[in-house]
Amino acid sequence: MTVMEAAVKHSIPGIAAECGGACACATCHVYVDEAWREATGNPEQMEEDMLDFAFDVRSESRLSCQIKVTDALDGLVVRIPEKQT
Amino acid sequence: MSEDVIRTDAVIVGAGPIGLFAVFELGLVDIKAHVIDILDRPGGQCAELYPEKPIYDIPGLTVVTGQELTDKLMDQIKPFGAEFHFNQRVETLERLDGRFRVTTDLGITLECKVLVIAAGGGSFTPKRPPLPGIETYEGKSVFYSVRKVEQLRGRDVLIVGGGDSALDWTLNLQPVAKSLTLLHRRAEFRAAPASVQKMLALVESGDITFKLGQVTELHGERGELCSVTVKGPDGATFEQPAEIMMPFFGLTMKLGPVADWGLNLHENLIPVDTEKFETSEKGVFAIGDINTYPGKLKLILSGFHEAALMAQQAHKYVYPDKKLIFQYTTSSSSLQKKLGVK
Repeated sequence: MTVMEAAVKHSIPGIAAECGGACACATCHVYVDEAWREATGNPEQMEEDMLDFAFDVRSESRLSCQIKVTDALDGLVVRIPEKQT
Repeated sequence: MSEDVIRTDAVIVGAGPIGLFAVFELGLVDIKAHVIDILDRPGGQCAELYPEKPIYDIPGLTVVTGQELTDKLMDQIKPFGAEFHFNQRVETLERLDGRFRVTTDLGITLECKVLVIAAGGGSFTPKRPPLPGIETYEGKSVFYSVRKVEQLRGRDVLIVGGGDSALDWTLNLQPVAKSLTLLHRRAEFRAAPASVQKMLALVESGDITFKLGQVTELHGERGELCSVTVKGPDGATFEQPAEIMMPFFGLTMKLGPVADWGLNLHENLIPVDTEKFETSEKGVFAIGDINTYPGKLKLILSGFHEAALMAQQAHKYVYPDKKLIFQYTTSSSSLQKKLGVK
């Protein structure tokens, strides 16, 4: 389960996830809360490349389809950009 | 623009896996097809979104990538000689007496007896950056592509992005632009290494400028851009003069003109029956991800099934006087002849 999948499963608006989690569209862009930056880690090369297709990319930007939900992320806070597409 | 009308049995809108397999199923019942797609190659989402990603639920193929599936389908449909029209989108659908006429944005007109909409999630269109007022500049100062580079001769051009599109346009426009600035959020580029090398050489020779940052605001009047505000990597902003901006942030799927063809729609999907996969209009079919019916699953394998049943009904329109006898490719010598294996 990824953060994107969890969001889509619970009909959370603001996560388009057009490609369905293939790291191929950058429409599940989120900003990871400062307190959770370390726990979620850094994007890998493919994700960093795909972030080029997102808007208003910041140092806390991630694609939520690439953040795997683990016990360590219980309580994770992410914010959604104004627009995904 | 061509005045010639192409006349054919079937027009398939969309060259994704379902559109491609529709060529096969129609071909088996002697229906010739032309296929139209907005992308420059077959495969649809399989080519654009998942070329290297594995698909595990194609019957008989334990694992196959989007590109491999596309290649296999292209090989499988080869005997039927479908004609492809890439880089264009069907804009209009007209009803003639017992026929349909479709026209693409490149001005190609086709007339057909059956129309098969296999457009998936819609047509891939460039993503529009969420910059306030950007719509007013589009077509005048903001472009996602230009048909002729000459259009931008002598202009101050700003290209935004770091992928193949951004780099290709940088290299293509540099010779005609008065000045060209490439803006990207980081100093790494996902574009082909050869293009990156060429671009860096142009930066080195002073023929273009490269800047780091992201556009946050557009400035201009009546659709004429004069500058943009850029937020640099340090968070500080600066003004970048530009008459023309070309942003490249990938593609997104939009239903597009299909919505205006007078077909019944339900939440941007086309309702069909599950016997023929025909829309609210006789002779117009919708198969694959773009259709909806009770129990619909957006799976490639469902689309294949839909294509097979669609072809049965399409046969009735294309050959109203002929009775279709159901046959298996394994045993039918006439089908094997069509497939070129006998």
